[in-house]
Amino acid sequence: MKDPLPIKIHKLRADPNPETLTPGTMASISVLLVARVMPYLEQELTKRYNLIRMWDYPQKAQLLAEHASSIRAVVGNSGNGADAELIDSLPKLEIVSSFSVGVDKIDLDKCKEKGIRVSNTPDVLTDEVADLTIGLILAVLRRICECDRYVRSGKWKLGNYKLTTKFSGKTVGIIGLGRIGSAVAKRAEAFNCSISYYSRSEKKDSKYKYYPSVVELASNCHVLVVACPLTEETHHIVNREVLNALGPKGILINIGRGKHVDEPELVSALLEGRVGGAGIDVFENEPHVPEELFGLENVVLLPHVGSATVETRTDMADLVLGNLEAHFLGKPLLTPLV
Amino acid sequence: MESIGVLITHPIYTYLEKELSKRFNLIYLSDLPSHHIINNNINSSIRAVVCDVKNGADTELIESLPKLEIVSTFSVGYDKIDLEKCKERNVRVTNTPDVLTDCVADTAVGLALAVFRKICVSDRYVRDGHWLKANFQLTNKFSGKAVGIVGLGRIGSAIAKRVAAFGCPISYHSRTEKSESGYKYYPNIIDLASNCEVLIVACALTKETYHIVNRQVIDALGPKGVIINIGRGPHIDQHELVLALTEGRLGGAGLDVFENEPDVPQELFGLENVVLSPHVGSDTVETCNAMADLVIANLEAHFLSKPLLTPVV
Repeated sequence: MKDPLPIKIHKLRADPNPETLTPGTMASISVLLVARVMPYLEQELTKRYNLIRMWDYPQKAQLLAEHASSIRAVVGNSGNGADAELIDSLPKLEIVSSFSVGVDKIDLDKCKEKGIRVSNTPDVLTDEVADLTIGLILAVLRRICECDRYVRSGKWKLGNYKLTTKFSGKTVGIIGLGRIGSAVAKRAEAFNCSISYYSRSEKKDSKYKYYPSVVELASNCHVLVVACPLTEETHHIVNREVLNALGPKGILINIGRGKHVDEPELVSALLEGRVGGAGIDVFENEPHVPEELFGLENVVLLPHVGSATVETRTDMADLVLGNLEAHFLGKPLLTPLV
Repeated sequence: MESIGVLITHPIYTYLEKELSKRFNLIYLSDLPSHHIINNNINSSIRAVVCDVKNGADTELIESLPKLEIVSTFSVGYDKIDLEKCKERNVRVTNTPDVLTDCVADTAVGLALAVFRKICVSDRYVRDGHWLKANFQLTNKFSGKAVGIVGLGRIGSAIAKRVAAFGCPISYHSRTEKSESGYKYYPNIIDLASNCEVLIVACALTKETYHIVNRQVIDALGPKGVIINIGRGPHIDQHELVLALTEGRLGGAGLDVFENEPDVPQELFGLENVVLSPHVGSDTVETCNAMADLVIANLEAHFLSKPLLTPVV
């Protein structure tokens, strides 16, 4: 992932009075929304642009026939981006602004080739995803959800809950020491955890222990956290070999992308007890989650909510709006990827 | 030491009992003929009591053991031990501080994250198949929230250290200001509650801290505030807490302890903004083994006339 210059989040909040900011011409710009995003973003886009919602056109041909020649921007998210076909069918497309940090659903090469700008929403969701990572680790090791069910179902009256596993002091191995990985490391350090990591290259300025192979990292940690971007190289970076190296006392936390993990291998490792537990926010084929996991108490399953808080989604929406405005006013993008 | 009688109030923890039996003549309270028969042979052989936070050593038990020298509790809290009676009888008391600090602090942060991010509700959402129909609701961010800690002792300080890494500004209330802490001090708990978004109860249970979180404190925290209790149930006026949660005067709660355990108010069972935990703050294998080792080390130190490791009295 490229690292744009650090930005100050508080400066990115969208202008509450867009009319004062945008020339009259902006309301005529057509923007295609390809994903159902939070209502706030949809409302703000409607105020500013001629917003076209993809789902209003069950027939894509009709959408293209009516708007292909006017759409200058596409807004998507981590699940719905802009593939080569869509990009090629929009001759006036200038920018793809994604309401997500991950852009694996956008054909970046095609955008580069055609001179189309791409922006995402980094940084603003870093804290949120790192928070959820620690929450998942604690929930898996300390069985927080299982304990909650134990109380609500009245079982506590029949006997104490069993002992669980301590988190503080465990070794945390992080795949990908980017923004999110570093934020996870910072938090885990406050739990007296020793931190190690794998990434393509060693980060010389990091004080954490580097492993040049994921298998080595997994062999030497209790908690393995997947926090890298999804690329061809990181597809199924957690495979059978890595899971076996992590072992029956190790737990896997995935807050990256579903495709980072070979899901059938994870399921069989969990069912066979070859891995101690898992906290999973992302899946290979969302919203489908392997049903074999539903009965397991050593897993915590989340519906891809890493950044799904009111606070962060609002910041992300403001950043999408800020990038679009900057582009159409001829200013530098706030968080450009391409 | 094999001849020394050590009374254990109830089966506490297998590893502890196994290690005690290796070293001492371990007697279970249920094996005693009666508390009231003083000076019978068994009672007179008992020189130590091992208990925990739920079953302590009350006046009656202490008085029934004429040769009692030490009470060693498998817990950090000792509100179920009659300390005055122990002092009067010159009976030593030890607890297990420090070794459980990390786990209890972990529990506090875990509960806070689970309440803010609705981790358990969303896990249920996935398992029940609802995700196939719609995305889960947005939740609230934890990083950066103002955290107020009631009691800045070992556990409170360990919680502060952890939440500081989440960018949370920290303030606290305690009997006296701890100026070396660097955190903002409120001499009044209502002021603390008015100025924080997450209120974490981490003090010891004493007469002064009984119901320290009352209706006024809850209302000061308000409908966006969250209470985390990893202290003791009686720290909070539970009746008022339930009312505030059901009436929406409080934003949420993460509770590991309750006033009348294992009874938990059923009104809470249907609420999505609470996380309920069966008093497991320190209940990990690692910590329980360390606590057991400390109980035994205190007993051994006592009977070898060495200084106690973690004396209370």
